[in-house]
Amino acid sequence: MILELEKRLQGSGLSELLRDNIMAKSKNYEYLSHAADIKFRAYGKTMARAFDNAAYALTDVMTDHTKVKALKTKKIVVESEDEKALLYDFLEQFLILADSEGFLLHKVNSLEISGEKKKRKLTLTAEVVGDNKMDKYPVETHIKAITYEDMLVDEEKDGFILQVIIDI
Amino acid sequence: MVEIKKIRKNSYKIEKTGKMNVPVIIYASQKLLEKMKLDSSLEQAQNMASLPGVLKQVIVLPDAHEGYGACIGGVAAHDLKEGVISPGEIGFDVNCGIRLLRTNLKKGDIYPKVKELLDEISRCVPAGVGRSNISISQKELDKVLEEGAWWAVRNGYGTKEDLEFCEENGKMKSADSSLVSTDAKKRGHNQLGTLGSGNHFLEIQYVDKIFDEETAKAFGLEEGQVTVIIHCGSRGLGHQVCSDYLREMEKAFPEIVAKLPDRDLIYAPASHYLSKRYFAAMSAAANFAWCNRHVIGHQTRNAFLSIFKEAKLETVYDLAHNICKLEEHKIDGEMRKVYMHRKGATRSFGPGNEEIPKKYKKVGQPILLPGSMGTASYVLVGTNESEDISFSSTAHGAGRAMSRHEALRRYNAEDLRKELEAKKIYIKSASKRGIAEEAPGAYKDIEQVVGVSDDLGIGKKVARLRPIGVVKG
Repeated sequence: MILELEKRLQGSGLSELLRDNIMAKSKNYEYLSHAADIKFRAYGKTMARAFDNAAYALTDVMTDHTKVKALKTKKIVVESEDEKALLYDFLEQFLILADSEGFLLHKVNSLEISGEKKKRKLTLTAEVVGDNKMDKYPVETHIKAITYEDMLVDEEKDGFILQVIIDI
Repeated sequence: MVEIKKIRKNSYKIEKTGKMNVPVIIYASQKLLEKMKLDSSLEQAQNMASLPGVLKQVIVLPDAHEGYGACIGGVAAHDLKEGVISPGEIGFDVNCGIRLLRTNLKKGDIYPKVKELLDEISRCVPAGVGRSNISISQKELDKVLEEGAWWAVRNGYGTKEDLEFCEENGKMKSADSSLVSTDAKKRGHNQLGTLGSGNHFLEIQYVDKIFDEETAKAFGLEEGQVTVIIHCGSRGLGHQVCSDYLREMEKAFPEIVAKLPDRDLIYAPASHYLSKRYFAAMSAAANFAWCNRHVIGHQTRNAFLSIFKEAKLETVYDLAHNICKLEEHKIDGEMRKVYMHRKGATRSFGPGNEEIPKKYKKVGQPILLPGSMGTASYVLVGTNESEDISFSSTAHGAGRAMSRHEALRRYNAEDLRKELEAKKIYIKSASKRGIAEEAPGAYKDIEQVVGVSDDLGIGKKVARLRPIGVVKG
C-alpha cells in the first residue's frame, strides 16, 4: 500500500518536502535517531489507533510482531492522569508482560480510551493477542523502561502523532 | 547558550543563574566538554542544580552524556530536610554496577582455550533476554531483596570472602521488600543471575600495565594476570521500582510536575513519606543487583573451573554506579548528612574511610572503569582529595558518544567481529545488533576519561586491563 502511495505521489507534481510529509504520515510508525536509546513515532487517525501503532513500534524493537503467533489473549486496563502518562503506563504493560510471562504482542484486537482530561482520569481498555513463548522468537533487545523524554501526544489536522523514547 | 567558564585545567563552571540553586562544575578535557555540548547533558545538569535543597554544587563527570531527567555522569547532594529524592537522578537501572574478579591464571593460559571458555560462560550466565537458571519462590525473592548478596552465599552461590569486597558488603540494610510492587517482583523473578542486554557484558581480560605498584599489590593485581569484569544491574525489577515510584510521585505532586522542565526529573521532598518509601524500595532493588552479580560471579567461577581445574577466582571489588546513599559530606566547612545521588558515577572514597574493606583501608577504594567493547578498562583508586572536588565521586566508564541508531547504520557486526579477532579479542553475543550498537567507535575515548580523573586526583590510575574475550548481553 505504501509503495503504491509513493508512486502516486511521484506523479502528483507536489514538492519533495510535501511528498515526504505525506509519506511519513502514511506510515504507521517509524524510528528516529537518538544518542543512547531508541526513539519512535506512531501515527493514527484517532488516539486509540496511534496507541495500537505505538505498541507495534515497541514490540518491533524486541522482535518482528508480524511473525509472533496469535496464541494467547491478554486484557490490559490502565488508568492515568493525562495522555502522556496513559501512553507511558500502557506501553509499560508490555515490558511487564515480556519480563514476567515471556509474552510478545502480535495484534491489538481492540483498544478504547475513555474518561476526561479535566478530571485527570483517563482509562484505556485493550485486548491484545500474542505468544508467551518468547524463547521461540529471535529477540534482539531487552527494553529497560519507557521514558517521558521528548514524549509527544499531539493531535494534528489529520490524526494523532505519538513520540516515545525507550531506555534499552 | 549559557556561559561555561574554565576554572583550571580540566575544570569548568556554570555559575548559578536563573532557577539554579547551586552552580554546576564540569570535570572534562576541552575535547570531552565539546562532546557534552552536542547533547542535552549540560542542560540536564542545570535542571538538577535547580531542584530544592541541592547542596554546594552539581558535579558533571568526564564521561557524562544525556540521560532521562538527569544526565548520566551526574552527582547531586540533597539536604535531608530541605532536599529531595529523585529516581531520575539515580537511573532506571538501580545499582547498575561493576564487579572485578582476579584469577591465578596468566594470559598465556587463556588464549588457547578462549572460545571454549566463552562458550562455557555463555552456558552458565544467561545473557540477552535469557531466563535465569535459578528458580525461586516469591517468598525467597523477598529474602533476596532484604539480604542482597548474603542470600546468594547462604544458598551456595559465591563465598563469604566475596561479601567483604562488595560496596555496602552486598546489602543495604535500609531495604524493605514489602515496598517493591508485585509487577516489579514479577519482572525480576526469572532474572536472578542474568546479564541482560544493552551495554551489559562480561569480559575476560589481562592486566597489561601497572601504574601504581603498591596499590595494585593491595588489590592483588599484577602484570599478565587474568581478570574478569561483570557489568550489569537490577534487571527488570530495578527498572520497575524506578518507574513505579516515578509514577507515584507524579500522581502525588501534580503541582511539582507542572513546574518541572522534564517529567523524568520528578522528585519527592526528602522529608515526605514517599521519599522514605522509595529509598527503602530502591535499597531492595540495589540488593537484588548485588545478589545478581554475586550469582554471576559464582557461575563464572564454575565456568572457569570446568576448563581450568586449578583456577581460583576472587572478588577484587563490586561497586554501584547508579544509586542514592545516605552519606556524610563536608559542605561549607561543616559535616552534613545528605542523600547522595550518583547516576553513572562511581564513589571514590580515599584511604582511611570506614566504608572501605579492611584490606584496602590504607590505599583507598578500588574504582572500576570499563572501556567500550574491545578497548582497555581501568582500575583506579579513590582519594581523600575527591571529597572537596567531587563529593568523593568519579566517572563510571567510557560513556556513549554516538546513537545506537547511528552505530547500527555505520557498523557491521561481522566486520567488527573479524576486526576484533585480528586483535585477538573474541566476542560471544546474544545478538548481532548488540555487537554493532556497542561498537568501540560509538563510545568516548576511555583514555581521555581516565586521564581527566587521574589529573584532577578524583580517582588515580592503578592498572590497565586489556580484553581477551567478551560475552555481550
